Amino acid sequence: MSHGMPGEHPEWLWRDPDPKSSYDAVVIGGGGHGLATAYYLAKNHGMTNIAILEKGWLAGGNMARNTTIIRSNYLWDESAAIYEHALKLWEELPEELDYDFLFSQRGVLNLAHSLGDVRDSVRRVEANRLNGVDAEWLTAEEVAKVCPIINISEDVRYPVLGATFQPRAGIAKHDHVAWAFARACDAMGVDIIQNCEVTGFVKDGNRVTGVETTRGRILSDTVGMVAAGHSSVLAEKAGFRLPVQSHPLQALVSELYEPVHPTVVMSNYVHVYVSQAHKGELVMGAGIDQYNGYGQRGSFHVIEHQMAAALELFPIFGRAHLLRTWGGIVDVCPDASPIIGATPVDGLYVNAGWGTGGFKATPAAGWAMAHTMATGESHELNKPFGLERFTTGHLIDEHGAAGVAH
Amino acid sequence: MLQIECPWCGLRDETEYHYGGQAHVAYPEDPSALSDEEWAEYLFFRDNPKGPFAERWVHSGGCRKWFNAVRDTRTYEFLAVYTSNDPRPDISSLASADTAGATA
Repeated sequence: MSHGMPGEHPEWLWRDPDPKSSYDAVVIGGGGHGLATAYYLAKNHGMTNIAILEKGWLAGGNMARNTTIIRSNYLWDESAAIYEHALKLWEELPEELDYDFLFSQRGVLNLAHSLGDVRDSVRRVEANRLNGVDAEWLTAEEVAKVCPIINISEDVRYPVLGATFQPRAGIAKHDHVAWAFARACDAMGVDIIQNCEVTGFVKDGNRVTGVETTRGRILSDTVGMVAAGHSSVLAEKAGFRLPVQSHPLQALVSELYEPVHPTVVMSNYVHVYVSQAHKGELVMGAGIDQYNGYGQRGSFHVIEHQMAAALELFPIFGRAHLLRTWGGIVDVCPDASPIIGATPVDGLYVNAGWGTGGFKATPAAGWAMAHTMATGESHELNKPFGLERFTTGHLIDEHGAAGVAH
Repeated sequence: MLQIECPWCGLRDETEYHYGGQAHVAYPEDPSALSDEEWAEYLFFRDNPKGPFAERWVHSGGCRKWFNAVRDTRTYEFLAVYTSNDPRPDISSLASADTAGATA
């Protein structure tokens, strides 16, 4: 690694260009998925006369607010395919991007607390194995061997009955991931244009021919919407609706502690997921706030509930101090699976609906979206994830593997 | 935590309520006459505005009645609360001083 170790950054990793009047393709949204889309448009499809339009600053939305968990242990074939493709890309990206973004394959435990949980979990382990995803079922005693600080006593409200374990899962430093992609995009000639909000679409009949922005009109026959929580707002400007609802999702970190937590622990049943960042913060997330909201903040009782769950699982956290809480805006689909593909407007493509779990999919979402934008056809990975599934009824219900704890 | 005014019980904590999503979505009069696209639209597609939103709540920890509210999804401020029998208020007249000038 010649560059990119934390603390050794040059002053600027990418240029700050003014927008040109036209591009071969435009990606709306400079978060992780937008950056990955532009990266693979340039790398896999040779499209370098392209721009990323970001209304705020690079990776300042959900890319800055997630809990950095990476895993691929989803139930259905379609999901396992795209999330496992992502995990394989994560394993190569630090070297490919020449940037150590602290990808740490420390494993993930998904806890089971009821008989129903146990049956679903064992089923998911078997489904994962059939799809080539590493997965094991662990008893409570085996869980404690992987993560000794978990309370496996039977004398709690929801005892740990066991867990699924994916050893190749882990965490990565999310902001460094964004910078790594941004630097690589910039080096291939991609214009990353910040403070440039898309305010409307230019159309010729039903075909998109460009976008109106706060920095002027930018023409392009190929436009990709990668706007997460604001996807509905953009879709409305383009003249259609998406089957997503935007909700606040909160997360928090503790003060810095010595390493005590060796893996990632998630529990759908008691609603919390916990890991420890390299620096030492305990990073925790929970479920979404129930109401629609674009405020990037949620209600405090959701945090209280999440802390109660964390304390029951990890009594050692009893004296830990909360350092910071924050919220993002997540766009949730009815089946807890994403949308990647064509829209009712020709030339306009969408990547949205990742709900609470988009970070882990960043490279594969970019890979599939880039293919779709460059060729006009869905990639094998995202064919099942088109908007048309809501009409055909071929939903990909991942509430079990995704639902609360993504 | 939000403080929500139930039309029957008055101001209570958000934890007494459950959310019901977009209000004023009627069940189709003749579902079997709908095309697949129309049925999908009814089943899965809802408005998701950044701004005033007419939505349903149920006071599940209180009187257990459903009611409607208009709430600004940017600020979370409740602009109106009304019963399910009341017509939808004119949302544009409800925008508060706080939110009227906010960027959409």
